[in-house]
Parts: sequence; structure tokens; C-alpha cells
Amino acid sequence: MACSLHHFHATMASVPLSETSEVLALASPLALDGGQTLENVRIAYEAYGTLSPRKDNAILITHALTGDQFVASPHPITGKPGWWQRMVGPGRPIDTDRYYVICANVIGSCMGSTGPASLSPDGRPWGMRFPVITIRDMVRGHVALLDALGIERLHAVVGGSMGGMQALSLAANFPDRASAALVIASTARHSAQNIAFHEVGRQSIMADPSWRDGDYYGSGKGPDKGLAVARMAAHITYLSEAGLTEKFGRRLQDRTEKTFGFDADFQVESYLRHQGISFTDRFDANSYLYITRAMDYFDLAEEHGGLLAKAFARSSARFCVVSFDTDWLYPTSESRNVVHALNAAGLPVSFVELSAPFGHDSFLLDVPALDQVVAGFLG
Amino acid sequence: MTGLRPDLAIIADHVSPGASVLDIGCGDGELLAALRDRKGCDARGMELDPANVSHCVALGLPVIQGDADTDLAFYPDNSVDVAILSQTLQTTMRPDRILDQLLRIGERAFVSFPNFGHWRVRTSLLWNGRMPVTRLLPVAWYETPNIHHLTIEDFRHLVAEHGIRVEKSWFLSGDRLCSPAAANFRAEHAVFLLSH
Repeated sequence: MACSLHHFHATMASVPLSETSEVLALASPLALDGGQTLENVRIAYEAYGTLSPRKDNAILITHALTGDQFVASPHPITGKPGWWQRMVGPGRPIDTDRYYVICANVIGSCMGSTGPASLSPDGRPWGMRFPVITIRDMVRGHVALLDALGIERLHAVVGGSMGGMQALSLAANFPDRASAALVIASTARHSAQNIAFHEVGRQSIMADPSWRDGDYYGSGKGPDKGLAVARMAAHITYLSEAGLTEKFGRRLQDRTEKTFGFDADFQVESYLRHQGISFTDRFDANSYLYITRAMDYFDLAEEHGGLLAKAFARSSARFCVVSFDTDWLYPTSESRNVVHALNAAGLPVSFVELSAPFGHDSFLLDVPALDQVVAGFLG
Repeated sequence: MTGLRPDLAIIADHVSPGASVLDIGCGDGELLAALRDRKGCDARGMELDPANVSHCVALGLPVIQGDADTDLAFYPDNSVDVAILSQTLQTTMRPDRILDQLLRIGERAFVSFPNFGHWRVRTSLLWNGRMPVTRLLPVAWYETPNIHHLTIEDFRHLVAEHGIRVEKSWFLSGDRLCSPAAANFRAEHAVFLLSH
């Protein structure tokens, strides 16, 4: 099955993604929030464990902005372990000996699901002709996948960051499809500050001459510089000030004196440049534009008449909300906002603010208290 | 019920099976777990200490990290059959407002608290002239979480002023019940069942 990943990066070697990920071709078009309809949608996903005969042991993990379906298997491009390997696997908090764990690449992304790098009906990549999508549209893709797998009701939907937005959206908009929702380091709406940081990233991509209005596929050169800067800016928001100070301080990179120039004198500069450049090896710049836009548009209360509690009026799921004390991207106040709405809707909700030094990225890192909460909540 | 702290055992014994319960200041969740497992209650909790909350959630209990003084306002009216405030009233900023919140959220409320009118406390203050450090109030005045000490008599006055009905009350000396008449002198703990 041909896979859109082959097309997205002008300079990237072709990757045999279809060997690792299952790809579902949706039988029906996907109606989008923006009013358009997307035809021939493909959803690439990974699955672990065994689906029970009653199909009642499925957990859907929803990934973050630059995440992908490789939650517990090596990334086909970087070769790095799955992004939540520590959480998902046999005997892990999300136990694949007990649960059938699914993780699907969101539409708009670039790891095998339909996105701006995929071919449009005219045979050329969509580029910026790809319709603007929302978090709810991503969830519609997931629900279509569940339909195809014959899974009526998930044991749980679990996600961190943008994955948490999808978990909330699924619980609110498809209340029969999940018995529980676990929302980690996330929010029910993007704040002005969140939108502002994303706009910096988008403008950085669009300011790169190689972006060419998004029509760079096949040109031999994509907007790597712009995408790298976008990633650098975003990466800062994923870390805590204390974490940066502890990791780098004002230490210099492979030198004893400042150079009185603009090389990466400081370790933190060198680190960020590396993060930015290596990101361009595995991510499509247009996907970055589309997915950040979807996040910025996310306001679950707005979708439901302005009152967040109303979003959950039809829900009967159990909820667990987790925040981290050093996360300033989606601070605890945003999680509390969700919890108060769930309380008002009378739903069973657990909420804890965990202490961890890693900022927003804490949900991906070694925080044993998170493991206990996840395992306990999933039961 | 066996195994529980005496005041919690009294509360657990008097919650109807299957009732919906909100335990405010639920600590490590032992009462919630008992109500869920032995009485089939829809048992939810609120707790200030994050380590306790993590422990509760790890037990599969729906407990939210929150502060009784600020976060009760977000619960709708009559959202549970029973609101419980055990050994927490004396740690809140405004116990009087908490009391009103309890009976706004719950149809009935259990409140338990240590009695500052107990004779050991009185004698300590009388003979030593110092704030008491006793078995049930083991922490010195400067680091105790108990910022609003009260006696059983104080509590009776407060509920009367707020027009709250005392359906039942229990007074404990150790794990033994004592009579209401001498309770303000003899009881270390009090448990009240309140309604409007």
C-alpha cells in the first residue's frame, strides 16, 4: 500500500513505513468542521496486544503535535524507541498483556495518515490546498478507525498534550465510544499565549524562501530552516526554566571562552539547534502548519455553546486529569478548568497535579507517580 | 466497620448502601475505598495533599486534588446524597462557609472533628498555661494544620446559628462512645450527621 510519507520530504530517503504500520483506507469520505469533505482518507496506526473476543479491552492512545503512531515501537526514520515506551508494553502501566492498545497517526500529520504531503485527487501533493482541520476532525478519523476495527466502546482513550485534547474531544463528541478518558498535561482550549507561540513557528516556516507557499514537494529542498526555528521556539515551551538551568546553565559548548561571534557558544544554543535540525528529518513543515492551526482552533467549550460543562452533558465516562507543576505551556489552572466542568457535569473525575522538574515534557519522561496514576486509573 | 479509624467507622456504618458520597479531605482514601467496596457507594473525594491524591487515584478512586476553601464552589447543588468532612473542618480558612457548602452539595453531611474542649486540653491550658500537645493534637501550635480549634459546644452553636439540623451525633473517647451530656468535657472526637 503506497504511503504518503514517501512524498512529504523533498530530500528524505524513502522509508518503508508500510512495513511497520497498518494503514486503513476509509470507505467513506470524512466530513470536516471547516465544511469540506476529505476523500480517500488513510489512517496509519500501530496496534499492540490482543483484542478480546468481546472487543472490550481496547485503549486508544492519542499522540501529541509532533508525535506519531509509534508509541511503543521504534521510529522508522530515527530508529529511536517508541515515544511512550516506558508507559506502554507488557507489564507496563498501559499493559499490552491485558489491553489492545491502538495509536493512530492524526490526519494532517505526515507518518502515513492523510495530510498535506499526501496526493490529492489530481495526483499532486495537497500542499496548502489541504483543508484546515480541527482536533475534532482528527477524532473523527480515530472513530472511523474504531468502526473499521469493530470496536464500539474503548476501555479508555489516553493522551498527553494535543493527545489530551483529542481524548477530551472524543469523550465530549462521541460519548458512547469510551468508558474512560485520561488527559495528561493538556487543556480544553488554546490560550492566547499558546496561539502566540504557534504563530511564531508558522511564520518562521512561511518566511523560509524554500517554503514556496507550501509547494515544495519534489523541489529537492523544503523549508528546513524555518521548520527548525519553529521547533526550537516550541521546544523551549516544553521545558521548564529550572530544567534548562540545571541541564545547561550558562555553560559554553566545547570551548572555554566566548567567541564574540554568533556561533552556538552556549550549550543551550547548540542543543536547540540540534533539536531543530534533527526535527526536519522526520517532520513535514506543512503538517506543522496544519496541526498547530488545529490546536489553536481548539476550544471545547466554544463547540458546546460556551459552557465547558455542557460539552460533557451526554458523557458517562470516568475521567482522570493530570497536570505537572512545572508545565507552563498547559498549566495546572487549565486542568482545573476541565475538572471543574466535569464536576459540574456530575462525572466521576480524578485529578492530580504531579511534581516533576521537566516542564510540559514531564508526561513523556520518568515520573514514577504518573505511572501509578495511569495504572490505577485504567484498573 | 472494622479496620477504620473510629470516627470513620461510625460514618461508614451510617451511610446507606449505594449512596453517592463526596468525602472532602479524604486523605489516603480509606473511607472511600470502604464505602465503594463494602457498600457499593458512588464514592468520590477531594484532597489537598498531592501524594495522598496519587495514592487514591492509584487505588482507582475518583479523587481530585483541591482545597475545600476554594474548590467546593464548583460542585452543583444537591450533587451527592452525602457530603463527608472528617477531621478537616478545623484546618479550613472559613469553617462556617464550608459547613454551608457541605449542605448545598449534599443532602446530608457527616462532620467529624477533634474536640478542643476535652479535659486533657483544658487541664493542659489551665495548669501549664500552654497550648496543648496531646495524643489527638500531637503537633505544636506553630506547625499544626489545625488553624480553627473548636469545641463540641462551639459546633452546636454554629449549626444552630446556620439553621442546620443535627440528625444524629456520636461522641468518642478513644474508640468508646460517651454520652452527649458530658461530651464537651469527656469526648476527644465528635461526629455529627447534619441536614437542612
